[in-house]
Amino acid sequence: MFLRQDFIERHAILLLVLTLATVAVGGIVEIVPLFTIETTVEPVKGVRPYSPLELMGRDIYVREGCYLCHSQQVRALRDEVERYGHYSLAAESMYDHPFQWGSKRIGPDLARVGGKYSNDWHYAHLENPQAMVPESLMPHYAFLQQNALVYDDIAAHLRANRAVGVPYTDADITNARADLEAQADAQADTAGLLKRYPKAVSVAGAPGRVTEMDALVAYLQVLGTMVNFADTSEEQLRQ
Amino acid sequence: MPTKLEKDAVTGKETTGHEWDGVRELNNPLPKWWLYVFAATVVWALGFMVFYPSVPYGPGYFHGLLGYSTRHDAMAGWRRMEATHAAAMQQIATLPFDDIRKDPQLMAVALTAGRATFANNCQPCHGPNGEGRRGYPALGDDVWLWGGKLTDILQTVTHGIRSTDPDTRNSQMPDFAGTGTLKPVEIQQVANYVMTLYGAPVAGADPASGRAIFMQNCAVCHGEEGQGNHEVGAPPLASHTHLYGADRAAVVAQITHAHNGMMPNWGARLDPATLKSVALYVHSLGGGE
Repeated sequence: MFLRQDFIERHAILLLVLTLATVAVGGIVEIVPLFTIETTVEPVKGVRPYSPLELMGRDIYVREGCYLCHSQQVRALRDEVERYGHYSLAAESMYDHPFQWGSKRIGPDLARVGGKYSNDWHYAHLENPQAMVPESLMPHYAFLQQNALVYDDIAAHLRANRAVGVPYTDADITNARADLEAQADAQADTAGLLKRYPKAVSVAGAPGRVTEMDALVAYLQVLGTMVNFADTSEEQLRQ
Repeated sequence: MPTKLEKDAVTGKETTGHEWDGVRELNNPLPKWWLYVFAATVVWALGFMVFYPSVPYGPGYFHGLLGYSTRHDAMAGWRRMEATHAAAMQQIATLPFDDIRKDPQLMAVALTAGRATFANNCQPCHGPNGEGRRGYPALGDDVWLWGGKLTDILQTVTHGIRSTDPDTRNSQMPDFAGTGTLKPVEIQQVANYVMTLYGAPVAGADPASGRAIFMQNCAVCHGEEGQGNHEVGAPPLASHTHLYGADRAAVVAQITHAHNGMMPNWGARLDPATLKSVALYVHSLGGGE
């Protein structure tokens, strides 16, 4: 009686509930098994949470909408691998909340841009992209060098990321501010920083202060560099 | 289910039997061709599920009868492409530079690979034709920081300059103002002298005082005549090629707080044959020694 079509169609709430239940079946069938598959995220060595400065740089990246023109995903296609390097792995964005895969490539893919250019190049390029790449369409981001980075709440940023599953330790959170300042100072002692965040690249655009551009460059310089593909076999990555 | 089927008086078509406030709905079924295509896509989808990776379960997923994998496919395509020039690249990787240059066919492969790699990786700093820009040396001229022989270029490309590579080329021009080695007035004097080296003397300045400072602080790397030194990557100053600019402000700025450029170690990204190809290409831009 309750499941007769004319009865359902005449009772809007029931129709709504049953519609939701029907649609949910599709979603559950597609999504839930992924939670249990161990190979959804391949086990690879080297991927670590972002250092505090990189994390702030990532926020600038999101704030400025870089993802609208730049993807961060080298797809498993021959010519992409040829141009950008090894195809992206799920593990490489497992500490991204949210991930920055993007869907537009008005600019080049940035998944493996880390280490490809010098810090100087990034500063000059962000300031005036056309000075480095004449045909570029990219807007100027010189103002990032004027803006002091606001990082009073850096520990809270790390804690928030920990709440959604990024394995920052208590030591990481305690040292967040010191690590951030160390990475943005060419003269600083970075032993602690590099122990907690291997391969973190020190940046220093303007002496004595941390700018938003410093953070963004630190973030760009670590993209795609965490996994050492020399000791990662194709078989191991086969899902 | 329709409650009562009846024909609509105006159109002569059957109604669905639904009635809403006296309005009845005509029964216009989907076109047959559309229904059949729809059914065919469902069948096709089932076939797809059987042959290609599809249903996830527990710890894994059904891999499909064909065992298809996008990643595998991409890398197989990559290997097929590599195979087309594997023989030549193998030779480029193993033969000494002189032998490669004697073989026109091998040179053609190397220069093509070098040009493509240059466009992807080197052009953003050194310019599309290696013309360089402020802070990034020109590669098409015969002025070299670290040497313009093929082996020098290969060394620079592979290990970089002030990079993270343990074998990187490394040298630091001192921060003469920051360390207090030179007073501002001495920096002005030495700048005046340096500018005479490339024939742009500052009007009214006496370069003699600067020369003494130069001999004491700069000549050890840049040479007594300002001829430069490839061993430490010191640019020739008696030259019309300038890394950071020829105007007085640029010279003073570089002496005051020296800028030390950095080049990535491409050995971490490119294979040996490609590195050699890039070296051959850069060498061929015009200034190779």
